[in-house]
Amino acid sequence: MATRQTQGIARWMRMPAIVLLLIWMVVPLAMTIYFSFRNYNLLSPGQGSWAGWFNYVYFYTDPAFFQSIWNTLVLVVGVLIITVIGGIAIAMLIDRPMWGQGIVRILVISPFFVMPPVAALIWKNMLMHPGYGVFADIAKFFGAQPVDWFAAYPLFSIILIVAWQWLPFATLILLTSLQSLDGEQMEAAEMDGAGFWSRFWYLTLPHMARAITVVVLIQTIFLLAVYAEILVTTNGGPGYASTNLVFLIYRVARLGFDVGGGAAGGVIAVVLANIVAIFLMRAVGRNLD
Amino acid sequence: MARAVTTQTKVGNTVVAWIIALLIFFPILYTIITSLKTEQEAIAGFSLIPSFTFESYQAVQSQNDYFKPFMNSVILAVGSTILALIVAIPAAWAMAFNPTKRTKDILMWMLSTKMMPAVAVLVPIYLIFLNTGLMDTRFGLTILLMLINLPIVVWMLYTYFREIPGEILEAARMDGATLWGEIWYVLTPMAVPGIASTLLLNIILAWNESFWTIQLTTTNAAPLTAFIASFSSPQGLFWAKLSAASTLAIAPILIMGWFSQKQLVRGLTFGAVK
Repeated sequence: MATRQTQGIARWMRMPAIVLLLIWMVVPLAMTIYFSFRNYNLLSPGQGSWAGWFNYVYFYTDPAFFQSIWNTLVLVVGVLIITVIGGIAIAMLIDRPMWGQGIVRILVISPFFVMPPVAALIWKNMLMHPGYGVFADIAKFFGAQPVDWFAAYPLFSIILIVAWQWLPFATLILLTSLQSLDGEQMEAAEMDGAGFWSRFWYLTLPHMARAITVVVLIQTIFLLAVYAEILVTTNGGPGYASTNLVFLIYRVARLGFDVGGGAAGGVIAVVLANIVAIFLMRAVGRNLD
Repeated sequence: MARAVTTQTKVGNTVVAWIIALLIFFPILYTIITSLKTEQEAIAGFSLIPSFTFESYQAVQSQNDYFKPFMNSVILAVGSTILALIVAIPAAWAMAFNPTKRTKDILMWMLSTKMMPAVAVLVPIYLIFLNTGLMDTRFGLTILLMLINLPIVVWMLYTYFREIPGEILEAARMDGATLWGEIWYVLTPMAVPGIASTLLLNIILAWNESFWTIQLTTTNAAPLTAFIASFSSPQGLFWAKLSAASTLAIAPILIMGWFSQKQLVRGLTFGAVK
């Protein structure tokens, strides 16, 4: 079918993308691994020497390390629970007959397009500010003491903001999946006397299983990388209470000027991300054929 | 197949759905409202009715030179997307129409580069930018954003191109079309919708990218993400101004997003959910 000539041209057409990505993947990663074994601080240049596993030991024995891993897990799992459950509920709601469905859809997916610094600052100032925020106004209206969200519940506050940003994504994908559900099958089940919950449990949920998997895996990739939301709200604090792994590495490398330590943290982040990636690749790969 | 729905059910659905939709949209709505208030009104307690002043919009331009980060965002988002398309269109075309045994592996490998956490290469990229003078330049950041989004661009284009029936190409070949004629007259017109969707989604992604844009810029090349993040310092208490800056920063992408809902699902799930 394809001639030898087109095959040759096709190779040249593939080449630039492959070469660029190869360089992009190999060079910085190799440098990260190299630096992770060096004593290298930007504040004391010319001091680069072999460090062995020191940077890893240093990173591993830092009490902030385990807290940051824990915070990363809580953040990812917390947001996943809110967005998946909320996404299923909202998708099922929007899928029902109503007036103004198009506008409802647009309103619901909008937060996804808000850039992270804006989303975080809106929530921090306009909603969660203990003095002037809307939440404080509501609390005062009911005669309650306004909550200083970022001081009292820093990680939870960030989970809330990130969940608001990702709820639309989950909703949109689950809605797309829901719309391909066989209506006749549903009707038949209904006529046979299946209640709402058994229809949901035995028909809707299994149908959405694949979409839910995709939502969980893709969000996990992005949620592991949450950074700007933390930077503009709590700056990782108080203490390390809202520092995730990304933010810890940023602190070590950029604020501490410790190239070696930051690189060692980077290698650890790669290992973590790869564990997730393996599952995602399997799920997506199955769809290729 | 439309089931008979009583008006009562429909009213109930509508009310509940609108309440939830408005709650979710509320932070954005309130930002737009606050941007039309004066600074005094902005911290004067809850109110949905602003005095419809545009002074914050003027202030954000006159005091912070808002136009500059805005243009940086436009240049970075559009520039990196177009560069990515230039590299990705031939690659996706080749893989969709001249697949080899290894095409699937190459695609999966490309996707895997997307899994690499950005922070893992923060140190080397930062040092490279520092030592080559790319720091705080639009050029350096455009290239970087292009590389970051390249896998998604190739993937999206690939899934769109694959839907173009190969028989049409064969027919054109029978009629004596050259390879370039094939691409230009047969393929391109059919591929335009897919390319347009890819372009749209990637402009959205590049516009909102908030790790590298904050790490690698200070003033010169700082796009809106970095500009807005700088409002987290004490001057962020000027809420009406922050709201005006935020409204302008999200408006173009919000509107683009509304038009690309379907492509969004497809692009972000790498074709796994359509």
